[in-house]
Amino acid sequence: MNFKKTLKATLLGASLAVIAATGASAKTLVYCSEGSPEGFDTALYTAGTTFDASSKPLYNRLVEFKRGTTEVLPGLAESWEVSEDGLEYTFKLRKGVKFHTTSFFTPSRDFNADDVVFSFERQLNKDHAWHEYTPGTAWEYFNGMSMPDLIKEIVKVDDNTVKFVLNRPEAPMIANLAMDFASVVSAEYADQLAAAGSKEQFNQQPVGTGPFSFVGYQKDAVIRYAAHPDYWNGKEKIDNLIFAITPDAAVRLQKLKAGECHVMPYPAPADIADIRDDGNLTLLEQQGLNVGYLAYNTKVAPFDKKEVRKALNHAVNKQAILDAVFQGSGQAAKNPIPPTMWSYNEAVEDDAYDPDLAKEMLAAAGVENLDMKIWAMPVQRPYNPNARRMAEVIQADFAKVGVNVEIVSYEWGEYLSRSKDENRDGAVLLGWTGDNGDPDNFMAVLLGCDGVGGSNRAQWCNDDFQALIEKAKTVTDKAERTKLYEEAQVVFKEEAPWATIAHSVVFMPMSSKVTGYVMDPLGGHWFDGVDIAE
Amino acid sequence: MLRFLLGRLGLLIPTFIGVTFVAFTFIRLLPGDPAELLAGERGITPERKAEVMKQLGFDKPYWQQYLDYILGIFQGDLGTSFSSKKPVLDEFMTLFPATAELALCAIILAVCIGIPAGIFAAVKRGSIADQAIMGTALVGYSMPIFWWGLLLIIFFSGILQWTPVSGRISLLYFFPQVTGFMLIDSLLSGEKGAFLSAVRHLILPSIVLATIPLAVIARQTRSAMLEVLGEDYVRTARAKGLAPRSVIGLHALRNALIPVVTTIGLQVGVLLGGAILTETIFSWPGIGKWLFDSISRRDYFVVQGGLLLIAGIVMLVNLIVDVLYGLINPRIRHN
Repeated sequence: MNFKKTLKATLLGASLAVIAATGASAKTLVYCSEGSPEGFDTALYTAGTTFDASSKPLYNRLVEFKRGTTEVLPGLAESWEVSEDGLEYTFKLRKGVKFHTTSFFTPSRDFNADDVVFSFERQLNKDHAWHEYTPGTAWEYFNGMSMPDLIKEIVKVDDNTVKFVLNRPEAPMIANLAMDFASVVSAEYADQLAAAGSKEQFNQQPVGTGPFSFVGYQKDAVIRYAAHPDYWNGKEKIDNLIFAITPDAAVRLQKLKAGECHVMPYPAPADIADIRDDGNLTLLEQQGLNVGYLAYNTKVAPFDKKEVRKALNHAVNKQAILDAVFQGSGQAAKNPIPPTMWSYNEAVEDDAYDPDLAKEMLAAAGVENLDMKIWAMPVQRPYNPNARRMAEVIQADFAKVGVNVEIVSYEWGEYLSRSKDENRDGAVLLGWTGDNGDPDNFMAVLLGCDGVGGSNRAQWCNDDFQALIEKAKTVTDKAERTKLYEEAQVVFKEEAPWATIAHSVVFMPMSSKVTGYVMDPLGGHWFDGVDIAE
Repeated sequence: MLRFLLGRLGLLIPTFIGVTFVAFTFIRLLPGDPAELLAGERGITPERKAEVMKQLGFDKPYWQQYLDYILGIFQGDLGTSFSSKKPVLDEFMTLFPATAELALCAIILAVCIGIPAGIFAAVKRGSIADQAIMGTALVGYSMPIFWWGLLLIIFFSGILQWTPVSGRISLLYFFPQVTGFMLIDSLLSGEKGAFLSAVRHLILPSIVLATIPLAVIARQTRSAMLEVLGEDYVRTARAKGLAPRSVIGLHALRNALIPVVTTIGLQVGVLLGGAILTETIFSWPGIGKWLFDSISRRDYFVVQGGLLLIAGIVMLVNLIVDVLYGLINPRIRHN
């Protein structure tokens, strides 16, 4: 047994050593990523897998999230000022920032205001020469975050100063600018490609200012990056970064164990115990910035009565769901935002599991022999690894209080579309993963009146709640905003438009030789600051 | 023979039209649309959705989209993937060699083992060896590919560490793709050890992909051989005192091969389209996974273009099979 273990450890060490030796003793980190990026011009896309391969290694933003937090730090902007009325954001840009020099582009100048204006104008301005530079350019994230309504104009004040003028005050603006779609691209490179008549290359051979530069991509197989030697924040400790695309979770783990990669995302929940026991691996974990919920349709009887919703909430056994669906890697949710987010209201009391009370409350509300539908998503999401199973557990819970549940499901696109309908029949299982760490990104999107008929699946529009979140959006003082959101959570709990189910925990297994890896609460995978011990 | 060939080629035209229509219609019949999937949980307003559909070119009436598609085909333009923003044909040409290389290795493996095993089982009919071969074939045929692939990985790559877990070649090697066939490109690169690495990476996926065709071919060969071995001319050959080897190898096998060749031809279609699971397990960058992902994204152009290309290849393979029939059996050629 001992011999076998020693042999395994030796072989593992040897294969890691071989990988590490790539290219004249250069340090190479291999990441077994879960899927292929759609392209490398981040703003065109909405998928996390694409962001991991594009915005994170290749680009910077005006402001950046401090690694491991949702706190915003200076990035390409050294500092910024917000006008009194909250309508003008003026950014002082960092000087001496170099774009990547690659086999396909050699920059002749440093990063400046032109790059910032170009990066946003192409998304904002429908007449911009790069607005539709490749077929099907939708700028969906920029649009989804309502940027076209929000931004009035972007002005280059001088080479190192840029001003964003807004149509209305927006407290989460700075956090929005740290998001992936706000990555700054090179205007000079764009000009060069436009002159050569090969604009589509912009999405295939990217140039940024980020910690790594693009070396090559073999579709669906391997992406190669090299450390940016002139990176403004200092050259990375690893020389090469490789994404080995490995779609199957069990195979990723085998690759990690065999030393074919150093880091992998999204392990199968069933493998967690095995990973913990493996002396050659380290398992990081963090609470995901997400929430899984069951949204009643508050416009349809009897769910228009808060007593009925509240009663059903008391019938949900969250612990049973955590055990059956999350296999212990989740946390019961009581608020619409996760506990890791600022302004989370600890004082809110959850609706305790109490079937007898639920029955009494239903009877008091005059509801008997209720038949209802529960919608189960057809896909696996971080906030809900198995919606069908979750629906079955809730079905059993509701049966105990005399509510008969029929589980329905649709193809994912259809599910998203039909669940938005204001006259929808039944309660919908869905969830959300935060974009920017701002509570507004949960409360306004998922529960605001503007979201009714759209992302507000409970079709819930409450005046008190709406007033609070609207005020919180215009106030820039964080302490004051915190108070407003805390109050909003109290209103939410009283009104119970959802049964809040769970926040999941995200795991990240890696070779124990990897140091400096920090998990991102927003779910991204970053490799700056990461090193491999010799 | 020429008339035979022309007749077969003529049949390709209605098949081709049928395939374009089916590929075009089916992906659009599926519920859900690309704009909704792009927006995800956030949702999309009806106005914005209309705008996105317009940008993607899906706002036109169906008949016009179909016409554009057909006209595009004649100009060698299968459209552009809205996900990667690359021409469908380019993507196909990048990924197809990986699938072809794997399918080719798998079919060679399946034929080289399946046919002799089938002959052996037929000759030793009823023996323990026959039962063992057919039993194994049945197990192979009913093997869940995902489980089988993972089992091999855990055993050969995890425990024994004989083969790499997944991928096409070690990450140490980084050379330009010339043909897309890793075995050839690794030789062309001149890098030491590259070819061996490519071979090592091919072993497990080839075995996994070959398992079902191998079982099918072995069973088909056995039953075809049994039928032929009972024929009068075989008895005559035996009675003449011909050596058993030439009775089986020369007289029986040639006639038994017709249904076997049909089976092999059909298996090629299965291998090309059905490699999705093998490609997913072994992180093999081929067209199976590409098409599957595109269907999930409702990337219409990729699905209709990719299906057409695969169908074209399957049609070509079947044409070759038809021609082979003609060579094996003159009666078919002359009818």
